[in-house]
Amino acid sequence: MIAALLSNVPASPDQGGGDPLFLRGLNWEVLLIVAIKVLVAFVALLVATALMIWFERKVISDMQSRVGPNRAGPWGLLQTLADGTKLIFKEDLLPERADSFVFKLAPYLSVIPAVLIFAVIPVGGIISLGSHTFELQVSDPPMGILFVLAMSGIAVYGVMLAGWSSGSKYPLLGSVRASAQVISYEAALGMSVVTVVLVSHSLSTRAIVAAQSNGFWNWNLIRLGFLPFIFFMIAITAELTRPPFDLTEAEQELVGGFHTEYSSIRFGLFFLAEFMNTITMSAVVVTLFFGGPNGPIPHAVPGATIFLPIIYFLLKTVAFCFIYVWFRAALPRLRYDQLMDLGWKRLIPLTLAWLLMVASVVTWRWGGLIMLPVVLVAAVLLTRANQLGSGRSEEDAIIPPVGRRVTSAPRLSPAAPQGGDA
Amino acid sequence: MGVGDEMKDQLSFLGGFKLTLQHLTRPRVTTMYPEEKKPKQPRQHGRHVLNRYEDGMEKCIGCELCAGVCPADCIYVRGLDNPPDHPVSPGERYGYVYEINYLRCIHCDMCVEACPTEAITESKLFEFSFTNRSDAIYTKNELLVDDLGMPQKLPWEDWREGDDMMTSGWMRATSPSGNAAYEGEVQWSGELGYGVRAPEGGQSGRRDDEATGSKPLREVLEAHLLSEDIPLAHRGMQGRVWRAKMGAARNKRKMADTRARRLVQRAARKTAKSPEQD
Repeated sequence: MIAALLSNVPASPDQGGGDPLFLRGLNWEVLLIVAIKVLVAFVALLVATALMIWFERKVISDMQSRVGPNRAGPWGLLQTLADGTKLIFKEDLLPERADSFVFKLAPYLSVIPAVLIFAVIPVGGIISLGSHTFELQVSDPPMGILFVLAMSGIAVYGVMLAGWSSGSKYPLLGSVRASAQVISYEAALGMSVVTVVLVSHSLSTRAIVAAQSNGFWNWNLIRLGFLPFIFFMIAITAELTRPPFDLTEAEQELVGGFHTEYSSIRFGLFFLAEFMNTITMSAVVVTLFFGGPNGPIPHAVPGATIFLPIIYFLLKTVAFCFIYVWFRAALPRLRYDQLMDLGWKRLIPLTLAWLLMVASVVTWRWGGLIMLPVVLVAAVLLTRANQLGSGRSEEDAIIPPVGRRVTSAPRLSPAAPQGGDA
Repeated sequence: MGVGDEMKDQLSFLGGFKLTLQHLTRPRVTTMYPEEKKPKQPRQHGRHVLNRYEDGMEKCIGCELCAGVCPADCIYVRGLDNPPDHPVSPGERYGYVYEINYLRCIHCDMCVEACPTEAITESKLFEFSFTNRSDAIYTKNELLVDDLGMPQKLPWEDWREGDDMMTSGWMRATSPSGNAAYEGEVQWSGELGYGVRAPEGGQSGRRDDEATGSKPLREVLEAHLLSEDIPLAHRGMQGRVWRAKMGAARNKRKMADTRARRLVQRAARKTAKSPEQD
């Protein structure tokens, strides 16, 4: 809450960002509005997370011709509540070899960033209440989108420390996979965000949304030419370690991954963070590429300017939540080398190339024409390099592979002499 | 393989999106278990019954063959000479003690095959459970059928319609002597309460699938057969028409079943709501 308050210091208008609520200084009414905003956002996010878990389970079972949860409450809506209650009352185990402080800290490192990211998402328009005008968004810092990237970076610590502090090998493997994966994809993620920032001329989420107003053809999805959105979707799915990039908790291989040793509500917190992140990242995608709460507003309808943007935002976010679930149902998990290939050899060069194109067009209208051949040449060179690299076998390596014995003769050849003193 | 084909091959995973969306509209395969149950197979192995003849005599002759053949060692039988003035079974001896321990029984039906008089057979009931070990041992009193030839429905058992039907019919799929000419011939007596069950298809070629409820495997598993193993009438266009007809009939039957079940449920709910109105 304090962080949210501090980041609300009014910024100069040219930077974008800054809630008009603070323009006339702080008083108890302003503080009350801020407190209510924080509370409403927190509760709404928790409820949404519970619904998201239910939604995912329902949709995935529909896609597999099953029924899904249907016992607790109507259509099984209260299933998450029942599961949560169960988790709270289960025995909380602490492994003997675990680093107890870090072990207990890790779940919170996962949950808190997940909650905080939602604070910078604009969920509606600007409304007036009495003499106060404020944005429907917990906080609108001038560096909003950087905050999102920073928080998703911090969330990795939760996963990493959880695996490391468990004092067990499978969680450790899971967390090493997770950290490598998230770091690999963060570059691609950042660069596709930069393309958005280039055309929006601001880091504030509110300003990014405002830059996409007046019709869907102004959405960054279309203005940036679809590709950055696709790159962002792939990168963010990997960042969330959701299927098909869920190598960190590949049940078949890692016994549940980094949270193998967790039980009770500590496990529940990881679970909560995962689904909360799914919602917030859907909201981030909507904010960056789909105009956030923007949409056609008929002014004849009373209250439309307040409620319609919220409804638009919710609809778009639910659509993306559905897409994440759809990914999970439709796509098989990647192998680890495929994951790294996709991240380093495909996604990072592609986002970089697209970033250069967008930057050159933004600087000069016809700049794209100059940049295009450069990008094409680079693409051809890179493809050739990849081809050469994938065709090369280990024997050709100048430096022998680490950790493997270099043998001159094939060991299993029939002509090889048997050991003398055996 | 051209570049286009290669691309197509690499992007073939996108087909998963289409398939999953199609599945949204398909009917669910889940059975709502405790409320709704799948019909049991005609030869389902369940809780045993000890049969009797129409005149009330027990079929068991106390020979202990069932106990001898039981791989799980769950049957305990003691035979005793029939009292001359009021015999229990038509033969010389009868089963004086007959116990089955259901914590051991694996429902392999070997006892049923071994029994020379079709005294022990299996019903289709499998939904029964116990809270202590001694309850799991069924005594002769509990296993013996009642005067109408029906299994006793004990309070901890969940009997559904049809579970107690045709409890011994499957025996007649083969003749005990192994001679195909005797297939379908009743060896000892009809089943009390049901008469004689139609023979299942065997070596002799006599069969009545409708009456026995059995399905030829070649029809059930047609999708898994090689094309030359599929009967001619079920291949190609002819086969499509046949499958459509079968599907329509099956759907019709299912709909009728569902409707009947709904009516029963509604009636049950109505009576439960107003118990003292009439």
